[in-house]
Amino acid sequence: MPIKFRHDVEKVLKEAKEQNKPVLLDFSAAPM
Amino acid sequence: MHVKDDAAAFKKYGEQYNAHWTPTVLELDPNGDEFYRVEGFLPLDDFLAQLMLGRAHMDFKQAKWAEAEKRFREIVDKLPKAEAAPEAMYWAGVSRYKGTQDATALKETAKSFTQRYKDSSWAKKASIWA
Repeated sequence: MPIKFRHDVEKVLKEAKEQNKPVLLDFSAAPM
Repeated sequence: MHVKDDAAAFKKYGEQYNAHWTPTVLELDPNGDEFYRVEGFLPLDDFLAQLMLGRAHMDFKQAKWAEAEKRFREIVDKLPKAEAAPEAMYWAGVSRYKGTQDATALKETAKSFTQRYKDSSWAKKASIWA
Protein backbone atom coordinates (compact mmCIF):
# COMPACT_ATOMS: atom_id res chain seq x y z
CA MET A 1 0.00 0.00 0.00
CA PRO A 2 1.58 3.31 -1.03
CA ILE A 3 2.06 5.93 1.64
CA LYS A 4 0.38 9.25 0.94
CA PHE A 5 2.85 11.79 2.25
CA ARG A 6 1.78 15.28 3.13
CA HIS A 7 3.94 18.39 3.08
CA ASP A 8 1.96 20.78 5.27
CA VAL A 9 3.91 19.98 8.42
CA GLU A 10 2.29 22.40 10.84
CA LYS A 11 -1.20 21.34 9.78
CA VAL A 12 -0.34 17.68 10.19
CA LEU A 13 1.10 18.27 13.67
CA LYS A 14 -2.03 20.17 14.67
CA GLU A 15 -4.29 17.38 13.39
CA ALA A 16 -2.17 14.74 15.12
CA LYS A 17 -2.63 16.52 18.43
CA GLU A 18 -6.38 16.91 17.93
CA GLN A 19 -6.81 13.28 16.89
CA ASN A 20 -4.24 11.88 19.35
CA LYS A 21 -2.34 10.18 16.55
CA PRO A 22 1.40 9.66 16.03
CA VAL A 23 3.18 11.15 13.03
CA LEU A 24 5.96 9.99 10.70
CA LEU A 25 8.34 12.77 9.70
CA ASP A 26 10.43 11.75 6.71
CA PHE A 27 13.66 13.50 5.77
CA SER A 28 14.48 10.99 3.03
CA ALA A 29 15.96 12.14 -0.28
CA ALA A 30 15.69 15.77 0.67
CA PRO A 31 18.07 18.30 -0.86
CA MET A 32 21.41 18.50 0.93
CA MET B 1 4.31 13.87 6.46
CA HIS B 2 7.23 14.36 4.12
CA VAL B 3 9.78 17.10 3.59
CA LYS B 4 11.20 15.77 0.31
CA ASP B 5 11.94 18.36 -2.36
CA ASP B 6 11.38 21.23 0.04
CA ALA B 7 14.73 22.67 1.06
CA ALA B 8 13.23 25.25 3.38
CA ALA B 9 11.19 22.65 5.25
CA PHE B 10 14.16 20.30 5.39
CA LYS B 11 16.28 23.04 6.95
CA LYS B 12 13.61 24.22 9.38
CA TYR B 13 12.49 20.83 10.64
CA GLY B 14 15.95 19.32 10.32
CA GLU B 15 17.21 21.84 12.83
CA GLN B 16 14.13 21.55 15.03
CA TYR B 17 14.37 17.77 15.21
CA ASN B 18 18.15 17.48 14.96
CA ALA B 19 17.95 15.52 11.70
CA HIS B 20 21.10 16.31 9.75
CA TRP B 21 21.35 13.27 7.52
CA THR B 22 19.16 11.63 4.94
CA PRO B 23 17.42 9.27 5.04
CA THR B 24 16.12 9.99 8.51
CA VAL B 25 12.61 9.08 9.60
CA LEU B 26 11.20 10.23 12.91
CA GLU B 27 8.18 8.92 14.76
CA LEU B 28 6.52 11.71 16.70
CA ASP B 29 3.91 11.39 19.41
CA PRO B 30 0.65 13.37 19.14
CA ASN B 31 2.39 16.33 20.82
CA GLY B 32 5.05 16.40 18.11
CA ASP B 33 7.77 15.03 20.39
CA GLU B 34 10.15 12.47 18.91
CA PHE B 35 9.87 8.98 20.35
CA TYR B 36 11.77 6.95 17.74
CA ARG B 37 14.32 7.56 15.01
CA VAL B 38 15.46 5.52 12.01
CA GLU B 39 18.64 6.78 10.35
CA GLY B 40 20.20 5.39 7.18
CA PHE B 41 18.85 3.16 4.44
CA LEU B 42 17.32 -0.20 5.34
CA PRO B 43 15.81 -2.93 3.14
CA LEU B 44 12.01 -2.81 3.14
CA ASP B 45 11.31 -5.48 5.78
CA ASP B 46 13.95 -4.10 8.14
CA PHE B 47 12.64 -0.58 7.67
CA LEU B 48 9.06 -1.67 8.31
CA ALA B 49 10.15 -3.62 11.39
CA GLN B 50 11.93 -0.53 12.74
CA LEU B 51 8.81 1.58 12.30
CA MET B 52 6.73 -1.09 14.04
CA LEU B 53 9.31 -1.29 16.80
CA GLY B 54 9.10 2.44 17.35
CA ARG B 55 5.31 2.34 17.53
CA ALA B 56 5.46 -0.52 20.02
CA HIS B 57 7.94 1.39 22.17
CA MET B 58 5.54 4.32 22.22
CA ASP B 59 2.87 2.10 23.80
CA PHE B 60 5.49 0.69 26.17
CA LYS B 61 6.52 4.15 27.34
CA GLN B 62 2.86 4.97 27.94
CA ALA B 63 2.50 1.80 30.08
CA LYS B 64 0.04 0.27 27.58
CA TRP B 65 1.49 -3.16 28.24
CA ALA B 66 -0.99 -5.34 26.35
CA GLU B 67 -0.90 -3.13 23.26
CA ALA B 68 2.89 -2.95 23.38
CA GLU B 69 3.23 -6.73 23.68
CA LYS B 70 0.86 -7.23 20.75
CA ARG B 71 2.84 -4.82 18.58
CA PHE B 72 6.21 -6.35 19.53
CA ARG B 73 4.93 -9.87 18.83
CA GLU B 74 3.52 -8.76 15.50
CA ILE B 75 7.07 -7.94 14.38
CA VAL B 76 8.33 -11.40 15.32
CA ASP B 77 5.34 -13.08 13.68
CA LYS B 78 5.19 -11.06 10.46
CA LEU B 79 8.84 -10.13 9.92
CA PRO B 80 10.80 -12.91 11.67
CA LYS B 81 13.91 -12.36 9.57
CA ALA B 82 14.10 -8.63 10.18
CA GLU B 83 17.03 -7.37 12.17
CA ALA B 84 14.66 -5.90 14.76
CA ALA B 85 12.88 -9.21 15.43
CA PRO B 86 15.09 -10.39 18.35
CA GLU B 87 14.74 -7.01 20.04
CA ALA B 88 10.98 -7.19 19.52
CA MET B 89 10.84 -10.65 21.09
CA TYR B 90 12.77 -9.36 24.11
CA TRP B 91 10.47 -6.39 24.64
CA ALA B 92 7.35 -8.51 24.08
CA GLY B 93 8.42 -10.57 27.08
CA VAL B 94 9.13 -7.48 29.14
CA SER B 95 5.75 -6.00 28.19
CA ARG B 96 3.97 -9.15 29.29
CA TYR B 97 5.85 -9.15 32.57
CA LYS B 98 5.08 -5.46 33.18
CA GLY B 99 1.40 -6.10 32.49
CA THR B 100 1.03 -9.23 34.58
CA GLN B 101 3.86 -8.99 37.13
CA ASP B 102 4.33 -12.69 36.42
CA ALA B 103 8.01 -13.57 36.13
CA THR B 104 7.07 -16.62 34.06
CA ALA B 105 6.82 -14.23 31.11
CA LEU B 106 10.53 -13.50 31.40
CA LYS B 107 11.45 -17.15 31.89
CA GLU B 108 9.48 -18.12 28.80
CA THR B 109 11.13 -15.37 26.81
CA ALA B 110 14.57 -16.61 27.82
CA LYS B 111 13.51 -20.09 26.76
CA SER B 112 12.31 -18.78 23.39
CA PHE B 113 15.76 -17.32 22.83
CA THR B 114 17.27 -20.79 23.14
CA GLN B 115 15.21 -21.75 20.08
CA ARG B 116 15.33 -18.56 17.96
CA TYR B 117 17.82 -15.75 17.60
CA LYS B 118 20.19 -17.51 19.98
CA ASP B 119 23.23 -15.69 18.56
CA SER B 120 21.72 -12.25 19.01
CA SER B 121 22.72 -9.78 21.70
CA TRP B 122 19.10 -9.87 22.88
CA ALA B 123 19.47 -13.57 23.67
CA LYS B 124 22.35 -12.66 25.97
CA LYS B 125 20.27 -9.98 27.65
CA ALA B 126 17.39 -12.42 28.19
CA SER B 127 19.66 -15.20 29.45
CA ILE B 128 19.60 -13.76 32.96
CA TRP B 129 15.88 -14.67 33.15
CA ALA B 130 16.41 -18.39 32.51
